[in-house]
Amino acid sequence: MTLSEVTGIAGVAGDFTVTVKEAPRYVDMDKCIACGACTEKCPKKVDSEYNAGTGKRKAIYVKYAQAVPLKYQIDPLNCIRLQKPGACGFCEKVCDAGAINFDDTEKIHQINVGAVVLAPGFEAYDPKDAQVWGYGTMPNVITAMQLERYLSASGPTEGHLVRPSDGKPVNKVAFLQCIGSRDENLCGNGYCSSVCCMYAIKEAVIAKDHVPGLSASIFYMDMRTHGKDFDKYLERAREDSGVRFVRCRINGVEPQGTNGDLRLHYINERGRQVEEYYDMVVLSVGLQTPKHVLELAHTAGIQLTADKFAATSDFSPVQTSQAGIFTCGAFAGPKDIPQSVVEGSAAAAAVADLLAPARHQLSTEATFPTEKDVSGDDPRIGVFVCHCGSNIAGVVDVKAVEDYAATLPNVVYVERNLFSCSQDTQEQITKRIQEKDLNRIVIAACTPRTHEPLFRETLKAAGLNEYLVEMANIRNHNSWVHVADPAKATAKAKDLVRMAAAKVTFGTSLKPISVPITQKGLIIGGGVAGMTSALNLAEQGFEVHLVERTEILGGNALYLKHTWSGEHIPTQVAKLVDKVVWNDKITIHKGFEVSAVEGFVGNFKSTISSKDGVSKVIEHGIGIVATGANIYTPDEYGYGSIKRVVTSIEFDKLHELKEKTIKASHSFVFIQCVGSRETDHMYCSKVCCTHSVQSAIELKQEDPSRNVYILYRDMRTYGQREALYRQARKMGVIFINYELHGKPLVSENGPQVDVEVWDHVLHRPLKIKADMVILAAAIRPKSDAADLGKLYKIPVDGDGFFQEAHAKLRPVDFSTDGMFVAGMAHYPKPMEESVAQALAASARAATLLSKFEVSLDAVKATVDPEYCDGCALCVDVCPYNAITLVIKEAAVEGGQAHKIIEVNKAQCKGCGLCQGTCPKRGVYIAGFTMKQISSQIQAALAV
Amino acid sequence: MLDTKKVGSVMIVGGGVTGMQAALDLADSGYYVYLVEKSGAIGGAMAQLDKTFPTNDCSM
Repeated sequence: MTLSEVTGIAGVAGDFTVTVKEAPRYVDMDKCIACGACTEKCPKKVDSEYNAGTGKRKAIYVKYAQAVPLKYQIDPLNCIRLQKPGACGFCEKVCDAGAINFDDTEKIHQINVGAVVLAPGFEAYDPKDAQVWGYGTMPNVITAMQLERYLSASGPTEGHLVRPSDGKPVNKVAFLQCIGSRDENLCGNGYCSSVCCMYAIKEAVIAKDHVPGLSASIFYMDMRTHGKDFDKYLERAREDSGVRFVRCRINGVEPQGTNGDLRLHYINERGRQVEEYYDMVVLSVGLQTPKHVLELAHTAGIQLTADKFAATSDFSPVQTSQAGIFTCGAFAGPKDIPQSVVEGSAAAAAVADLLAPARHQLSTEATFPTEKDVSGDDPRIGVFVCHCGSNIAGVVDVKAVEDYAATLPNVVYVERNLFSCSQDTQEQITKRIQEKDLNRIVIAACTPRTHEPLFRETLKAAGLNEYLVEMANIRNHNSWVHVADPAKATAKAKDLVRMAAAKVTFGTSLKPISVPITQKGLIIGGGVAGMTSALNLAEQGFEVHLVERTEILGGNALYLKHTWSGEHIPTQVAKLVDKVVWNDKITIHKGFEVSAVEGFVGNFKSTISSKDGVSKVIEHGIGIVATGANIYTPDEYGYGSIKRVVTSIEFDKLHELKEKTIKASHSFVFIQCVGSRETDHMYCSKVCCTHSVQSAIELKQEDPSRNVYILYRDMRTYGQREALYRQARKMGVIFINYELHGKPLVSENGPQVDVEVWDHVLHRPLKIKADMVILAAAIRPKSDAADLGKLYKIPVDGDGFFQEAHAKLRPVDFSTDGMFVAGMAHYPKPMEESVAQALAASARAATLLSKFEVSLDAVKATVDPEYCDGCALCVDVCPYNAITLVIKEAAVEGGQAHKIIEVNKAQCKGCGLCQGTCPKRGVYIAGFTMKQISSQIQAALAV
Repeated sequence: MLDTKKVGSVMIVGGGVTGMQAALDLADSGYYVYLVEKSGAIGGAMAQLDKTFPTNDCSM
């Protein structure tokens, strides 16, 4: 339901009535075919919201080219006709579909639902209000979202970076961080927006790719690149791309001369005053909750935090203060895409928990038209060449590719699309298939890895078998990598299209395979993440086996006292353990580890073994890996040899026990990044900055006369944690920044410890006499993670953490179907993120467990009994143990029994090793027959 | 709690990447979903982005 807003929520959890106000679109969605004639004729130009004001749209418009639904809408505030009846009305005249309806009215809907999920997102801070950065008065000061649009192929300049004031190329650009974040004076947003450091680095890198020789500087306070692989990205930006980083908050931008140049004035790290000149200044604006969302929160009656985000508990991060109303994404605190996606799934899990009894009550299955049998027909190939905006068309001569494709054998139809993946093009392809009676399709566009499933659906919608499509990757394999040589790129695009057409000519209809699902889950790891996953699945109604290698549940949480927001961890963990233990759908296996695995999605058989040799076999449909992580044992800073040097966790314990050394101590030094963000461990452990700041605050609260120092590289109290950092500074905790090349030196000095560090404010070395030194030791992956990974065929990354299927869009899935990851097994993370990921893993698992069978890809090894002589060479090479050798009884009486292979299609991944190994063409992969591959190769060599 | 009414449908307010993920997971596990979006099309802020960190994948 678009153009719609919630105006009222009545009822209770499980049974709400929601009032939704739907604004008039003035365009009939059923009639509009998105031809664009209306927008062409519309005389009224308006700043485009989608392009963040960098470009124009008309008063009748679509939000963006790939919009879903792809239907035009009229902006009533800017439409001449709607403002002045009788005037204009051009769009109505040119619309052949008769879709324009100026008399459209607002509609009010009353909808009965069991639960409500609030995912209204954020708005970018508007820097115009503060007036100090020249935004709104100096045209070459832009926001990061505007730069994003300038860099985009679908943006106002089609990806060319030019100055808004005069259209001149940009040679020198500065990014100013924390605009509208970490700033209570100018905007009242005291929190950190969490994503701006990373997006600024990304934009700087991409801008440098677009403009060779571009100088890009980022002015920042702390580099908060705390997510998975973010620090590596930072290092690459610095080392490989040559992005310059300056630690300094810039308080104003001034014009330099009259030609649009900009002047920045700042004091550098050596204490010198510096003036620099730039062509363009980009403001890295923060995230905030929009006014209409505050109204929505009021309507829903939910509580907000001091920073105006939805208030949640760290142990139920998607539950608002109202039962049955959930929240996720940036409304529950500023966050990046992966964390938002995790929370989206987590909210789904929380809803499914509440509404488990009503599952399948109102849902229906999607249906497709009956498939046409094309096996007897001659091939009639349709080729669709995608521009991908300017991604392909900016390099490849797509018209030439189109003309060439038309000359290929069996090709009966060719067309070009701006975006072949957009919804309107999908519908158009469906139409063309039916109109032109096409029975084989070539999509010359991007990678089948991300887009083949989409085009398969398109074929299904047209009544064609979904396997009769072939993609020619003329973007990733071509236009992206051959930017410098358009002529050769065009020639290669033709080659790729010719090969795809040759292959699809011999394509046949294939049927997906269905396998039943064992509706039970196996969860490995009994920490907070594992227990949360187990409990949610059990509450959803599924049986769960929870395997924990030690004798106690709780994991790393057993060492922790408070979450960042101050919730008492032992109490919450005890409650969780209690619920898990008493839930009759959960079977707990303490002291057991997974020792062997067979099977596949829906049908796993895992053997678990204890130390004393007891083994059990568990059948399960899905698996969740929540094996956690370890704390690093430092070998630096005198740890192990100097008694007063301890790790954070050890310090917490001593502190809690009111140990006398601590009571008598007056001077405390915390050292951050011990074992994190270094050459061999280039990742941030994410939780240590907040942990140390919390400990420092406690020490100061107990006795304000104590001297507490935190030696840090970048303070990463991201999101709403920033309040703790602010509080610590107010209380007099001293923060001293150090760089990797100038690590603090720690030495024993009688009963005390000397800590030497370079002071960046005083610009001289500083010696602190400490009574206690507390090391913020890193979080390390489990040393045997890779062994477990091998059993389930799930990968670990270079650091040793488990590798999810896709960093952004599948953050809890593994590429192995039916396996999911949660908690610190994936990456270091604080409590609420572990819980959210655990819930998300359960939601993803439930999408399988709620079905009775799972449909598998038809691209599988297939035996040709005519040629297979049972030599069994393929049995050994199969990495999935999917092939077995069997003895076949004689087909006719008196005939001979013979050996032949059999393929377990559910286990087969279609990798093709068997086909490559077979000397007799006795086995092939469906969709990759010898005929298909050889014709593709012949086509490759044909010119 | 046992005999209270439970309706098998859910309303998701917000059609950005978060709301869409919640909608897909719920629809895939047997619930009817109403996805309510304030603007004329779903996609949210992610649809405005050119590339995404840390992989530089196309955002669309």
